[in-house]
Amino acid sequence: MLQDKDRIFTNLYGFQDFGLKAAQGRGNWDGTKGLIEKGQDWIIDEMKASGMRGRGGAGFPTGLKWSFMPKESDGRPHYLVVNADEGEPGTCKDREIMRNDPHTLIEGCLLASFAMRAHAAYIYIRGEFYHEASNLQRAIDEAYDAGLVGKNACGSGWDFDIYLHLGAGAYICGEETALIESLEGKKGQPRLKPPFPANAGLYGCPTTVNNVESIAAVPEILRRGGAWFSSFGREKNHGTKLFAISGHVEKPCTVEEAMSIPLRELIERHCGGVRGGWDNLLAVIPGGSSVPVLTKDVCDDVLMDFDALREVGSGLGTAAVIVMDKSTDIVYAIARLSEFYKHESCGQCTPCREGTGWMMRMMQRMVRGEATLDEIDLLWDVTKQVEGHTICALGDAAAWPIQGLIRNFRPEMERRIKEYRARIAA
Amino acid sequence: MPKLTVDGIEVEVEAGATVLQACEEAGKEIPRFCYHERLSIAGNCRMCLVEMERAPKPVASCAMPAADGMVIKTDSDLVKKARNGVMEFLLINHPLDCPICDQGGECDLQDQAMAYGFDASRYAEKKRAVKDKELGPIVKTIMTRCIHCTRCVRFSEEVAGVGTMGAVYRGEDTEVGPYIEASINSELSGNLIDLCPVGALTSKPYAFTARPWELKKTDSVDVMDAVGSNIRIDARGSEVLRVLPRLNEDVNEEWISDKTRYAIDGLKRQRLDRPYVRVNGKLAPASWDEAFAAIKARVSGLDGKKIAALAGDTIDCESMTALKDLMGKLGSANLDCRQDGAKIGGTRSSYIFNSTIAGIEEADACLIVGANVRAEAPIINSRLRKRWRMTAGDFRLAIVGENWDPTFKHDYLGAGPETLSEILDGKNDFAKVLESASKPMIILGMGALNREDGDAVLATARAIADKFGLVTGEWNGFNVLHTAAARVGGLDLGFVPGEGGLSTGEILDGAAKGDVEVVYLLGADELDMSKLSKAFVVYQGCLGDAGAQVADVILPGAAYTEKNGTYVNTEGRVQYGWRAVFPVGDAREDWKIIRALSASLGLTLPYDNIDAVRTRMVEINDVFGSVNVPRKAAWGDFGKAGVMKSEGFASPVRNFYMTDPISRASVTMAKCTEAFVKDAAAGKVA
Repeated sequence: MLQDKDRIFTNLYGFQDFGLKAAQGRGNWDGTKGLIEKGQDWIIDEMKASGMRGRGGAGFPTGLKWSFMPKESDGRPHYLVVNADEGEPGTCKDREIMRNDPHTLIEGCLLASFAMRAHAAYIYIRGEFYHEASNLQRAIDEAYDAGLVGKNACGSGWDFDIYLHLGAGAYICGEETALIESLEGKKGQPRLKPPFPANAGLYGCPTTVNNVESIAAVPEILRRGGAWFSSFGREKNHGTKLFAISGHVEKPCTVEEAMSIPLRELIERHCGGVRGGWDNLLAVIPGGSSVPVLTKDVCDDVLMDFDALREVGSGLGTAAVIVMDKSTDIVYAIARLSEFYKHESCGQCTPCREGTGWMMRMMQRMVRGEATLDEIDLLWDVTKQVEGHTICALGDAAAWPIQGLIRNFRPEMERRIKEYRARIAA
Repeated sequence: MPKLTVDGIEVEVEAGATVLQACEEAGKEIPRFCYHERLSIAGNCRMCLVEMERAPKPVASCAMPAADGMVIKTDSDLVKKARNGVMEFLLINHPLDCPICDQGGECDLQDQAMAYGFDASRYAEKKRAVKDKELGPIVKTIMTRCIHCTRCVRFSEEVAGVGTMGAVYRGEDTEVGPYIEASINSELSGNLIDLCPVGALTSKPYAFTARPWELKKTDSVDVMDAVGSNIRIDARGSEVLRVLPRLNEDVNEEWISDKTRYAIDGLKRQRLDRPYVRVNGKLAPASWDEAFAAIKARVSGLDGKKIAALAGDTIDCESMTALKDLMGKLGSANLDCRQDGAKIGGTRSSYIFNSTIAGIEEADACLIVGANVRAEAPIINSRLRKRWRMTAGDFRLAIVGENWDPTFKHDYLGAGPETLSEILDGKNDFAKVLESASKPMIILGMGALNREDGDAVLATARAIADKFGLVTGEWNGFNVLHTAAARVGGLDLGFVPGEGGLSTGEILDGAAKGDVEVVYLLGADELDMSKLSKAFVVYQGCLGDAGAQVADVILPGAAYTEKNGTYVNTEGRVQYGWRAVFPVGDAREDWKIIRALSASLGLTLPYDNIDAVRTRMVEINDVFGSVNVPRKAAWGDFGKAGVMKSEGFASPVRNFYMTDPISRASVTMAKCTEAFVKDAAAGKVA
């Protein structure tokens, strides 16, 4: 179990004040100037050494991503954009950081911006996070007043501005290029890639988009060294990570733990176990609504990291663990997710626009069993026609939960269909 | 120059080309809906997916830049499956109403469904229905058919420059249409119909009229303005049903204006389908012989000085040649093709669009004087806008004259000649722009030249051209924008007053005084007809417009869709139009009428077929020998320095939709006028 001394987010539960004084007491903003003085290459090297993989869901190595930013400006400014549009169902980790530990994020923004030669950072926060935005803005104001950001930030000689922007609640605006579009004042629709944001992002300038948790962990990683961070977790899955466990557990919570912790240990140690005991477990969605569901036998010994979950046909995603016990109507649960993706599809590209609605309607019939056995294969086909054919990953996200359902719970779906057919025959 | 392999074929494409273009280079057809060469890349239909080595997923070829060493597969199972999947998605919510859809037979979705669709639908849910949008008198919408390719959105934003269209709502509820309930106030809106790959946007006037396979297609040239847009005339039997653009990169690319496209319904009304002779003050139907006899009776023995001829704005060069030669035989030098009295003629470079339309894409600054380009030549305005977009807004455009909106950023300098003088004297800031530009241009409209002081304005414009280096060895940025399709041809043929001859104004005044006794109007309707009440008027044309009202003899001519003819556009580009249908009733091709009249007057003209007329045209001016390619005109002396009046320049086009007899007779143009030019009566330009 992760020891308290190794926690990055020491005020995750808001036991202390979120303000600057308390934050400094917790070690935030300690020696920031010195970190900046070590230079851009040092920061990026440390981030590479830490082995951190992006905390937003895709798990792309953070240090490597930063190194894609041009070393010299061609005249265009560079930008850091922080993705605080935490909308993935089940996920509630970034909001805890912004509400209770906002200075970790602000300091991280300064260090990350400096590393990628950006003088401005934009935090795009989900519109519903009003309280979080309010706290974060107050923290930003405090940092400005204390000279930690703004002109000559922390006395380092680096000018740095930080802006907070509230979104309007569209899930798709969490996709990095849709977020950039929205930030520019346009309709939030993902852009075609290439060009990638590192070449042409916000206002056509080199931009890096990072998740809140990735950025907020940066100051502590730099203070303690990349080697410290990489001492947690398995090879290629290093560091500490916020896990948000919800659903049928005794005590749902968001907790910082070491990567690669066994799922069962995570649930039993921090959440008081599955409601009704481990044997009452039906299934777990391990990484936010977009990843395929896992059955209990897999959950028994799977590790919570990127590679282990990929090996069992799912993914770590945002590490939002949705636990479902045997009282769950699993078909209905997935149908509800389909409804969500249908509602949140931006409508730009064909497979997602047309496919999400089709999948949702079939899933709704599957809940009632109002289908034929062949239609399960048709549904599988449709998910395969959506997956990998869209501009952004929302198509995949809509397809995977259903694929997970069919892969793991096909007998349940068939049972309902047979029952329904028997009922109407009678 | 990246080299890549497409299905085992190695191709080399230009830097900046896309994978889709590379595939086409290799001879592989890539299905697409959203991709269009002239619009920005959307990459949203996903129909053009191809397999790329080392890419985990199929890539949208339209949006992927071609890079060295790429290995592309366009016919693998993966690609086939992906395309079939996309096609199925496009079809699930597309209504199965092809039998009643006007796009049927020329529908991209229909065609591509043949290649990538299934034979039956697997979609058992309810289909989507979308409320139709009101886009005005030209574009009909059936939005349930929309496949959200956003070509129309991109066209209206990028080419037409009106941000009316957009996609509202999201997911499967996405609706393409105007953000607010507004019609598309653009002179180019008809192009949306061509761009729409399905039947969502179709032609309102042409609705339920014909199927494409019933139509006879004839390549021709438009005469509604002086651009000379290349068109295709679609006819069934004796009826012209529609006009579509024909690709010509140098002229109209693949766009045409709404007037070009829709004024043709004017050819169904008020047609002159037989000769008439005025008897006891009333026009009575007559035979050709009777009409010719009436003319002969009036002209015989008359002094040539008392005879005059005026040519209209949409007349072909063959007819003007014949009439000019006939007037010569009658001993008259009183002829003019400038109904508006514009002070142009003489040196060829003084009256053509020297830089050429495509040349706009090289210019870096443009001064427009006395022209509302958007109303007078929308196609040229779209080229100016294209240049502005190409340069990311660095292309500087300034307007002297009426303050009209070119749909992009521009400077409005002033209303009249004073501003022009300021620029010449370097007192206006735009003088510096012209000076520093490497390829500056000026566009001089008829509004600046059809005034009494037109000569002086021309001289000032010329002085500006000389002073600011608009004319260099290679580049000639001195441009005149005409509004009449026949004008440059008429000037090239010398259809202007000969030695001691009278010009338009003098002819009209002479007729009013009784000095000119016979006036021959060749399709000329834009005149003060009250001055012709005393004269014996022969009107030859296709429509019963102003000229026919005052005529004593009417000779029914052919409309531009009904004859082979030569037209010279504002660039001086000689182009042939071809006959799509035969003239109505007893009407005949115009040069043949004049040839027949000449015989009955005993002054037989020496040509029996159109080739002989064209040979005669080359004899008059050898520019008619180089068809389709404009000949560079040598810079020469022109303009007469003089005093310019203070009043501002006014565009001759008050209502884009009605500028000539055909468009005035058109029901569609009347509807457009009502919808878009409510202020036309108040003198405001569309």
